Amino acid sequence: MAKARKVPAIIDNPMSFCPGCGHGIVIRLIAECLEELEQDQNLIFALGVGCSSLLGGGLVTDRLHCPHGRASAVATGMKRVQPENTIVAYQGDGDAYSIGIAETINAAYRNENFTMVAINNTNYGMTGGQMSWTTMPGQVTTTSPLGRDCEITGNPLKFPELVASQFDVAFAARGAVTSPKNINKLKKYIKNGLEAQINGEGYSVIEVLSPCPTNWKLSPLNSMKRIEEELIPYYPLGVFKERKEN
Amino acid sequence: MDVITVKEERCKECGLCIAHCPNEALSFSDRLNSAGYKPVQVDDAKCIKCGICYTMCPDGVYEISHNGESGGED
Repeated sequence: MAKARKVPAIIDNPMSFCPGCGHGIVIRLIAECLEELEQDQNLIFALGVGCSSLLGGGLVTDRLHCPHGRASAVATGMKRVQPENTIVAYQGDGDAYSIGIAETINAAYRNENFTMVAINNTNYGMTGGQMSWTTMPGQVTTTSPLGRDCEITGNPLKFPELVASQFDVAFAARGAVTSPKNINKLKKYIKNGLEAQINGEGYSVIEVLSPCPTNWKLSPLNSMKRIEEELIPYYPLGVFKERKEN
Repeated sequence: MDVITVKEERCKECGLCIAHCPNEALSFSDRLNSAGYKPVQVDDAKCIKCGICYTMCPDGVYEISHNGESGGED
């Protein structure tokens, strides 16, 4: 018998993301995990600025739109003041890794006990597709019209690998939304991250390779293909820091 | 009996569900929803209620329920 499937109540609303955007899939996975862990009524979202802010329109739960890039700092405060609540920082790559890299790294460095989900679509989506730290070499954006030149801009940032190798965090992983198989794996990563927080193990980060059909100027299907062919070879999927045995 | 429900108003015609449907049960309809997209339609004779469309859909278009009851495990 097939498994019954229903969008969790806290996000069962029309969302204003572009057609084929991966945000909708990721937020559904987070809400499913929260429901399964019985945390969906015990939760505060710290929302980044950018397309991640659009989540606020459809979400029926406590949330705060944080200053640009500073969701990890706000989530730190939330968790320290309300330790019994589950805190999820939901940010994009431009927000978490470029504008707010200091706050993001400091939260990981201190092993703050919350979960960050970072949507990596290799550009600043909402503002029209500018280059971010995760933009691929040679990728054309509105601020790299000739393609990203890594000689002068540095190389794309691999945040989960960075925190897993340098800091004492609880869990770090990267998933993608390109296929049902990858989506199911991603759900396991998100659940592990949330469980790490609930158990008080510390900071967990799950990065998601997600399509941006509008700014990549590709169809939704070709955007997924670009992730498979171009992004995953550079940004490998998997767990970079396993949870310690409980 | 399993039932698949399509919330046509939420569909944005991205086509991710159609591309991943293992039984080619999904297609775009000829109608337009209020946002101007052609929403997906399900061929009930082909649909096996596997839930892959639910998994791929970014916009919560699909719901699969047993005997009118939704959510949860088998």
